[in-house]
Amino acid sequence: MQWQLRGDRPIYQQLMERLTEQIVSGQLGAGEKVPPVRELAAEAGVNPNTMQRALADLEREGLMYTNRTSGRYVTEDKMLIQKVREQIASDRIAEFMAGMNQLGFTEQEIVDLLEKRRGEESKHGAEK
Amino acid sequence: MEQKNELVVCQGLTKTYGSIHALDNLNLTLERGRFIGLLGPNGSGKTTAIKLLCGLIQPTSGTVTIDGAQPGVHTHSVVSYLPDRDYLNDWMRVCDLIAFFADFYADFDTVKANDMLKTLDISPLSRLKTLSKGTKEKVQLILTMSRKAQLFLLDEPIGGVDPAARDYILNTILYNYSEDASVLLSTHLIADIERVLDEVIFLKNGVMTLHESVDTIREEHGKSVDMLFREVFAC
Repeated sequence: MQWQLRGDRPIYQQLMERLTEQIVSGQLGAGEKVPPVRELAAEAGVNPNTMQRALADLEREGLMYTNRTSGRYVTEDKMLIQKVREQIASDRIAEFMAGMNQLGFTEQEIVDLLEKRRGEESKHGAEK
Repeated sequence: MEQKNELVVCQGLTKTYGSIHALDNLNLTLERGRFIGLLGPNGSGKTTAIKLLCGLIQPTSGTVTIDGAQPGVHTHSVVSYLPDRDYLNDWMRVCDLIAFFADFYADFDTVKANDMLKTLDISPLSRLKTLSKGTKEKVQLILTMSRKAQLFLLDEPIGGVDPAARDYILNTILYNYSEDASVLLSTHLIADIERVLDEVIFLKNGVMTLHESVDTIREEHGKSVDMLFREVFAC
């Protein structure tokens, strides 16, 4: 299955985001070997040159590194991965808050809604 | 011979038919290892440009070189061309065509061709004239892509092919050309192929108006090549 890509932003950026998500979620573990460029490009359904660019940029950000003889790996720096993970979370929350504000919800109302939802979910969980 | 990074160089390439400028002063350099989309509305000069690169028509003025040579014996051995229409004898069987191509081109890979036929579920024993339009296109494309060429010139290769096979064919194109080869592909189906392209060329009334990488276009314009195309060529 090809990766879903949007039309309005550079493809390499979207590939970077997807790979970053895989790293912070542990799908691609710290220190794990990254599949070859062509394989990843085939999976995503994109041009290998574009995938190469995304991987090179992830290396520049420190999330990956290349070992000259054995290929490309995810960083072993778990602190860095955690930092990136928190950054993504904080971006997503900001995005969510902005969307809710646009609908006219105040911060307190949003928190109440979240609390209510948590209550419902735990009840739902107990029933199961 | 040492390979230069420039695979195709066009200088002032012009083709006129009477008073019509089919292609007007094209200056273009294409590097190796790239997948390039040649985009433009009907009658913008896409096929003319491709035919000039093949040496099928002669330029009115200007020059073109491929792998350092003008279109001729050397370039025919390194260029694999898919025309925009049927050109094969339709009484032939698919397996005959494969033998024909293997005989004609030293770089033809019969094993690869048969593998692709199998994946697309096309019987080698079928006669070409019994196949549907889309299947004929697939056969032609398989024959074209089974060569180990340096430049693949594909004129409207996916127009008549269904979307599922289109994805397979695009991937086939993408993973079958080696790192020192390039693909130049003309099409209207931009949205379908945008994600696999490195760069695009826009042609308008025979003039090149844009030659840029896909991601640069997205960065600068904040929109896909498909959207930009619709804007630039809005009727």
